[in-house]
Amino acid sequence: MSPRTLFEKIWDAHVVAAETPDTPSVLYIDLHLVHEVTSPQAFSELRQRGLKLRRPDRTLATLDHSTPTLPALANGERPYANDEAKAQVAQLEANCREFDVQLYGWDSSDRGIVHVIGPELGATQPGMTIVCGDSHTSTHGAFGALAFGIGTTEVGHVMATQCLLQRKPKTFAIHVDGKLPRGVGAKDLILHIIGHIGVDGGTGHVLEYRGAAIEALSMEERMTVCNMSIEAGARAGLIAPDETTFAWLKGRPRAPQGAAWDAAVQRWRALRSDEGAEYNREVHIDASQIRPTVTYGTHPGMAIAMDKPVPVARNAPEQRALDYMQAKPNQPMQGMSVDVVFIGSCTNSRLSDLREAANVMRGHRVADGVRVLVVPGSEAVRRDAEREGLHEVFLAAGAEWRIPGCSMCIAMNGDLAQPGQLVVSTSNRNFEGRQGKGARTVLASPATAAASAIAGAIADPREYLTEAAA
Amino acid sequence: MKAVTRIHSRTAVLVDENIDTDRIIPARFLTTTERSGLGKYCFQDWRYTQDGGDNPDFPLNKPEARGCSILVAGRNFGCGSSREHAPWALLDYGIQAVLCSEIADIFRGNALKNGLLAIVLEEAEHHWLLKNPGIELSIDVREQAIELPDGGRIRFQLEAFARHCLLNGVDQLGFLLQQNNAITHYEQQQEKAA
Repeated sequence: MSPRTLFEKIWDAHVVAAETPDTPSVLYIDLHLVHEVTSPQAFSELRQRGLKLRRPDRTLATLDHSTPTLPALANGERPYANDEAKAQVAQLEANCREFDVQLYGWDSSDRGIVHVIGPELGATQPGMTIVCGDSHTSTHGAFGALAFGIGTTEVGHVMATQCLLQRKPKTFAIHVDGKLPRGVGAKDLILHIIGHIGVDGGTGHVLEYRGAAIEALSMEERMTVCNMSIEAGARAGLIAPDETTFAWLKGRPRAPQGAAWDAAVQRWRALRSDEGAEYNREVHIDASQIRPTVTYGTHPGMAIAMDKPVPVARNAPEQRALDYMQAKPNQPMQGMSVDVVFIGSCTNSRLSDLREAANVMRGHRVADGVRVLVVPGSEAVRRDAEREGLHEVFLAAGAEWRIPGCSMCIAMNGDLAQPGQLVVSTSNRNFEGRQGKGARTVLASPATAAASAIAGAIADPREYLTEAAA
Repeated sequence: MKAVTRIHSRTAVLVDENIDTDRIIPARFLTTTERSGLGKYCFQDWRYTQDGGDNPDFPLNKPEARGCSILVAGRNFGCGSSREHAPWALLDYGIQAVLCSEIADIFRGNALKNGLLAIVLEEAEHHWLLKNPGIELSIDVREQAIELPDGGRIRFQLEAFARHCLLNGVDQLGFLLQQNNAITHYEQQQEKAA
């Protein structure tokens, strides 16, 4: 057999019926993640057709998008943004009961953002195919799983048949050589990559991140990188599993145990691109040249090292983006006045992200007039962070410590910025209005977000890092 | 899904590149559990002024763009989220086809599954259509061709199965359900291997 890429190995292992000129491949899906926003119409479709869920055991649901991040009121009521959000959550609860799906709901100590809890539970495993009605499903590629976002019609397909009809995407290797400098992390790296290949640079492709700088990343950092693959338009992003992956997964509730674990690791070790395997595209990136990176425009491809000046618009759409952001060409992003800081989302809400932000914020106060929201990605992250006292660091600095959810990343639960406000955000999208109508978003790492909260302006986190923390 | 064989309309043009799904339908309208009636939210924050009136600067509000069902948009239309609410909103708003030199993968798949023709064109043809709003086009799905007023034709690619579903007004789920034996066989093989 000719050398194959990691993607091709996973793909080939999941083909139920091969692609023909007339029909796409029938691809088997190992794990289906479900949340309240993109599933109700799919459940309705099943109900109308009299269909059941084919594999409830391969389906896992949670509540994250429409959920309030303020705690329940004294009477037990949740402070939903509106009745529709409340009804949507109730609908998922009812659908999970009716279709026998395990729901990590309000009463679960494991509830959280779908892309945070899948890995935490050990449900996400190397070599799997994983889908969810959410574009940031690419996160799970950090484990060497082929994971991608789907629409609600396809959510219904997976519910009914555990399969999808798919044409094989192309492959794109992102080689990241060298070593990231001190104070530069996974978020800076992925923003740099998207800035380099473009917001549509990955369209039609599955990215494979590889090279020394990728191998050196922790699992949390790999998730941050793979999470934003979709922001370059890619179908998915992958990193080959290795000892870091196995060590992280071992002992998690849904991971194989005992002899089954040993056998699984044996299989997973083969999940690497073969020597000589060919990609449709390749690009090389030198990690040592990357600096703290932020976005300056209205899509994630408009990213620059924060010590560089805002580029001059090359065309009318770019000018429109700069006007929306109130960003002036040739002025540095650093020093731009900040109104809100959001630390959270499936990109950056894990324990290591909160530690990174707390290391910068410890012993400082949030600048006057700046509102800071820290939203852990899951109940497990919240517990671990509180055990370490990270919440006390945030609270002492003047930040708000919330309960888990997508929160201000998608701003559909009532957590949002006002028109014109500038938000430094650890989330993944700086689209117009993404964090509230008229709100301006600057994407950044947790360290940069924390530094900006203290400074009241976009600030370089390296100035706040103590030797011990670095 | 209703069969889609031919779409005839003047074009409306949005020259902006990278029109993302948050612009097509902002996330605050995603708390719905329905798929119908989303047209009123389509391009919500672009289409209306602060006081709720029609924004005269929004190209689709111009008199000549009203009633057009073919949208020519700048490259990378539909980037961002996987929300199928985007094609649902566009269809309900009255858009039946989007022509572009590049369309985001998830949006394109979602669109075609709902009978919204998402068609990728060569850059030169796309550029010409962007520069010539209001032109009368007829899109022939069977022939995979766009007929121009002067008799010229632009050919386009359409994935064979998506085309079959559009022409026959059938959805993919029926086909997938027919694969039941193959799926069961696959599952049995996997269980044996594990």
